[in-house]
Amino acid sequence: MASQNASLAADSMVGEESLGVSNGKLGMWAFLVMDAMTFAGLLAGYARLRWTPGSDWPLPIEAFGFTGIQLTALNTFILICSSVSMVHVLAEQMRGNMERAKKWMLFTIFGGLVFLGIQGFEWTHLIMDMWPYLFDEGYEAAYSVNFAATFFILTGFHGLHVSVGVIYNLIIYLGLRSGKITKDDTSVVEIAGLYWHFVDLVWILVFTFVYLI
Amino acid sequence: MCTTDAKRIGVLYLLFATFMALWGGILSVIIRLELAAHGPHIITDASFYNALPGMHATAMIFFFIIPAFTGVANFVVPIQIGAPDMAFPKLNLAAFWILPPAAILTFAGFFMNSLPEFGWTAYPPLSNSVYSPIWGADFWVIGLILVGVSSTLGAVNFLATVFNMRCKGMKMFQLPLFTWAMTVTSFLILAATPVLTSALLMLTFERMFPGVFYFFNPAGGGDPILYQHLFWFYSHPAVYIMILPGFGMVSEVITVFSRKHIFGYVLMVWSMIAIAVLGFLVWAHHMFATGIALEIRVGFMFLTMLIAVPTGIKIFSWLATMWGGSIKFDTPMLYATGFLAMFTIGGLSGVVLASVPVDIQLHDTYYVVAHIHYVLVAGSLMTAFAGVYFWFPKITGRFYNELLGKVHFWLTAIFINVTFFVQHWLGMKGMPRRYYDYDPAFELANMVSSVGSVVLFLAQFIFIANMLWSMRNGKIAEGNAWKDGFTLEWQITSPPDHHNFHHEPYWKPLIRQHVGPDQPGGLWHRYDD
Ligand code: HEM
Ligand SMILES: [Cu+2]
Repeated sequence: MASQNASLAADSMVGEESLGVSNGKLGMWAFLVMDAMTFAGLLAGYARLRWTPGSDWPLPIEAFGFTGIQLTALNTFILICSSVSMVHVLAEQMRGNMERAKKWMLFTIFGGLVFLGIQGFEWTHLIMDMWPYLFDEGYEAAYSVNFAATFFILTGFHGLHVSVGVIYNLIIYLGLRSGKITKDDTSVVEIAGLYWHFVDLVWILVFTFVYLI
Repeated sequence: MCTTDAKRIGVLYLLFATFMALWGGILSVIIRLELAAHGPHIITDASFYNALPGMHATAMIFFFIIPAFTGVANFVVPIQIGAPDMAFPKLNLAAFWILPPAAILTFAGFFMNSLPEFGWTAYPPLSNSVYSPIWGADFWVIGLILVGVSSTLGAVNFLATVFNMRCKGMKMFQLPLFTWAMTVTSFLILAATPVLTSALLMLTFERMFPGVFYFFNPAGGGDPILYQHLFWFYSHPAVYIMILPGFGMVSEVITVFSRKHIFGYVLMVWSMIAIAVLGFLVWAHHMFATGIALEIRVGFMFLTMLIAVPTGIKIFSWLATMWGGSIKFDTPMLYATGFLAMFTIGGLSGVVLASVPVDIQLHDTYYVVAHIHYVLVAGSLMTAFAGVYFWFPKITGRFYNELLGKVHFWLTAIFINVTFFVQHWLGMKGMPRRYYDYDPAFELANMVSSVGSVVLFLAQFIFIANMLWSMRNGKIAEGNAWKDGFTLEWQITSPPDHHNFHHEPYWKPLIRQHVGPDQPGGLWHRYDD
């Protein structure tokens, strides 16, 4: 056996998987555990600051001005829709309808962009109109400034994830378009889907904590 | 430099760790020289002194011990499980190359004359923009976030590798103990490090936008204790991130040099898992002096003391493994047994500290410094040496010089005790940690400790010289360099070829009996070449 070409043999060994799922998928799961813990840390900070005696937290429903939670509820809906369309990408790819898979992928990316757009609009409104003390030392915050601080760090960190997700999905889309991703290899799309669903799931948590409770 | 071969990346990690150990060592020697006698000496600027312990700890913890273990693991873990490489070779390389820039950022304060003076724990409000309004502090925080990213990427890689790349026939409960240790450690990293990242993110925002973000500053409704909770939720598990790989290495060394199989393998694995789980439930024992509720403190005290149980099981298993074995005391084994003896002292002082009333007295004194160093220097550092000497023939294909190795061991072991043992006494007498100067009554003990630290530092050059010389001129090592190695890495050539195995290895449970490697049916696993 020693005569066998080492690298050839090694190539045949790469991709050997003990658990029957791909390395990529396992890696993504592990990555998501770690990401979930980062969010958990931020949420724990939020919880501690909010439910501390004398924290003077406003009722979120009243505190967001005209963008309110209605707009964010709509935004949540859009994000969930883009998660659903992500499922379609995979489903169509498995059926071999690459054209449709591409269309659903575009739809998913579009959903992410709309989400970011609405969030940007909301942030602008909050920074400019609602919380003048952010810029102007003269203004007193009407209530605990931690309301805004935790809001920005949680929604901001999530928004960063959405942005990364949009780019990620765009790369997948380009892969689909150039034919690098074929109907036989669904793992790339599946892994991207894991990430995107995770971002969606975390948003539901963040939305619940920051806006609803 | 840009190879994706895990073995080479492992060596890069080890080189990087060695440099950072020297750097951290120099800082510690400066600290000790300053403290050698009462009064100011080599450092005239108290504020520079103030920064040193924090910088020393940062270098040692984040840039030396953790990367050193990662380095050995990169080399050994894929081979031990019969894999050609890590699951994500490119990610592996990326995780390594995050470290040097992170180190530059973390220590940038040295070049900019703006050193953060808040220790390695960076408690706010000391670390916020009011008390540390310097760039060096911002860079330090960002540097640490980057190290966290590097080590979590590494952990993702290890987990995928161990779970998914095992060779045919190998079940999880048949993994070598070092690989198990890295698996458990990777879980710890995955669950703990991001929490530190979240705290550091909040700290960064609080520093960058003063007046807007008050996560930790009570002036704006923040909570400084929140930071401590988040920090220790990482940093307590982190102490196990810094010792479990060492436990794993010692398990390998002791079995090979006792020429016996490990005693109580399954218990060894479960005790590691128990340590990891308990490790997440004891963080507040670092916060006994912060005024948290007594009931909470007592609960944490109880859980902390419970950790002594799985730790004791491990110590017992190692001793039982040696019991009745035909023991060879080569340098790796010396380090492993030295570790056993001295780590026990560190564990005991830990149990002492875990007791709430005692801790209130001893918190932030030199007693804690003694405890830390008995677990980290006599623990992590000695196990790392055990591992590096043990796998040196595998990594380089040559033996190190045994005489120099033994000299290095004895100097290290003796002077660790000279340096750190008196610190227990200093702490009990009330000498606070991290202070520039102290009561003249403490002078003698401090002198002893300082002399010890200088010798300890110098002795490490023996190690470096030995490694450098032996890489070229050492005795050639065969595949099974120690003759009694029975895990897969000993069944291939030293150093291993590019993809480790020439053809797919398979793993077969073996009869566990005490025989030599050239007799069939022995301890080792089959891999026919
Ligand atoms: C049975 C095992 C252990 C127990 C019961 C224990 C207990 C403790 C306690 C109660 C403290 C807090 C002291 C104080 O600040 O007042 C402490 C500090 C510390 N321990 Fe341990 N420990 C144990 C093992 C370890 C191990 C294995 C490591 C590392 C490898 C370690 C590293 C540290 C460090 C670095 C600190 C100081 C942190 C700081 O304040 O800077 N300990 N330990
Ligand atoms: Cu601890």
